[in-house]
Amino acid sequence: MVCQECGVRPATLHFTKIVNGEKTEFHICENCAREKGELIPGTSGGFSIHSLLSGLLDLEGASKGKSAAEAKPQDVRCEECGMTYGQFSKLGRFGCSSCYKYFDKGLDPLFKRVHGSTSHVGKIPKRIGAQIQFKRQIDELKEQLQEAIMQEEFESAAELRDQIRKLEKEIAQE
Amino acid sequence: MPDLRFTEQALSEWMRSGGSHSEIVISSRVRIARNIQHHPFPLLATKNQADEVLDVLAPVVDQNQDAGYGTFELVKLDELEELDKKVLVEKHLISPNLVNDSRSGAVLLNEEESVSIMINEEDHLRIQCLFPGFQVREAWERATAIDDIFEESVDYAFDDRRGYLTSCPTNVGTGLRASVMMHLPALVMTKQIGRILSAVNQVGLTARGIYGEGSEAAGNIFQISNQITLGQTEAEIIDNLHGVAIQIIDHERNARQRLLDDSALRITDRIMRSYGILSYAAVMELKEASQRLSDVRLGVDLGILKAPSISVLNELNVKTQPGFLQKMFGEKLSSAECDMYRAKLFRDTLGITH
Ligand SMILES: [Zn+2]
Ligand SMILES: [Zn+2]
Repeated sequence: MVCQECGVRPATLHFTKIVNGEKTEFHICENCAREKGELIPGTSGGFSIHSLLSGLLDLEGASKGKSAAEAKPQDVRCEECGMTYGQFSKLGRFGCSSCYKYFDKGLDPLFKRVHGSTSHVGKIPKRIGAQIQFKRQIDELKEQLQEAIMQEEFESAAELRDQIRKLEKEIAQE
Repeated sequence: MPDLRFTEQALSEWMRSGGSHSEIVISSRVRIARNIQHHPFPLLATKNQADEVLDVLAPVVDQNQDAGYGTFELVKLDELEELDKKVLVEKHLISPNLVNDSRSGAVLLNEEESVSIMINEEDHLRIQCLFPGFQVREAWERATAIDDIFEESVDYAFDDRRGYLTSCPTNVGTGLRASVMMHLPALVMTKQIGRILSAVNQVGLTARGIYGEGSEAAGNIFQISNQITLGQTEAEIIDNLHGVAIQIIDHERNARQRLLDDSALRITDRIMRSYGILSYAAVMELKEASQRLSDVRLGVDLGILKAPSISVLNELNVKTQPGFLQKMFGEKLSSAECDMYRAKLFRDTLGITH
């Protein structure tokens, strides 16, 4: 079945919408669903596309409360691929991996909404892995150091500081 | 000229064996999304840039043909007939996305069609591993091993805070989508399915019909998959899916037992009727076919029917999709003709040939 919106892509989402007691069937593709902002009612109240859409759309609404223009300017542009934040939030797709860097400010709330989390804890590519492992270790030690200083445990703080210095030296040598 | 054997057979080699819990879990699938550093994602890539990606990724597998995952063959989408593309989608070997939205889209397939590596889909690289029955851990192990092979020669787009960078924000982090395809007729019949699916939703998983349908799953077949890719390790994602799937299997088993205990005659009647209709009907719409097939599959699982085998049912499930019918009986079938040939295929296969 072809999507009834664009008439090009195959319809992958089929659902019934009830408006004022009138049943209408929809057969649309994911792209058009996203563009139209249709939510998928489903019997259980949510399929994957649902949370994606509401995640993206809510983000728009959520930022309006704050000083929106500052928090997430629509015209921030990725200098590698040229995509603007405005385009990104419309398409729901990044243009290149550097977009993550340029749009970084707006991403935490989005990722929180979609994944409930903002940072990766999984697999690391082997070749660049050693460096990243070091960095993760250092970040962890730095947190412990902060903690130690707060608790006025200066002896262990000094120890932590030395450990951090040692690791940083090792990275520099690689 | 591409090799067309992938579209001539309805059943992939990997589907012939059962795997564990195969009376409920039809297959397990793992997909991981990866991208090359400093290349625009396929969404923005020009034809030239997409070709470059293909040139970088396609040879990697060639150079590692001895890694133990079979011999791979590269199939370029623009060298395929429309109908063959449709069939590859119906076999779940490629996504509709690769057919419709892709520049220089291609897929690397191994002989038994258990590994399908899509190039220039939504991401540069999508490694997909399919296993029969309930083998989601095995599927993950193979996918990550193939990922390691690519990683040796490709600079992945990876960020130490965000993980593997993907085109869609819903895949970032692990890039991992793991899923199990389950046949849950008893949960549907006993009307427990809604409650179970919403529970599934609350633990970060999603459920949908096999061909992506939302509210109504064709033939009581549901795909359960992880929704979260960021902030959990791959092991946690796989374990979570594994644990939830085991619970659903349990519920389905109990529901089947209860159906047998409380209404054996009614359920037997329903299964026999469906078997009869599939064996004798002259016209068969796709929607009815999936429901009847579901009943017959349940009948075989419960021992109410001695035949056909699950593998024959799997084959019928794929063969009676529109693309396959067109491939077998003529490219320009009207939907009425499709319904007629579908019925013929059922009659021929289930042994009643007049
Ligand atoms: Zn559309
Ligand atoms: Zn970019």
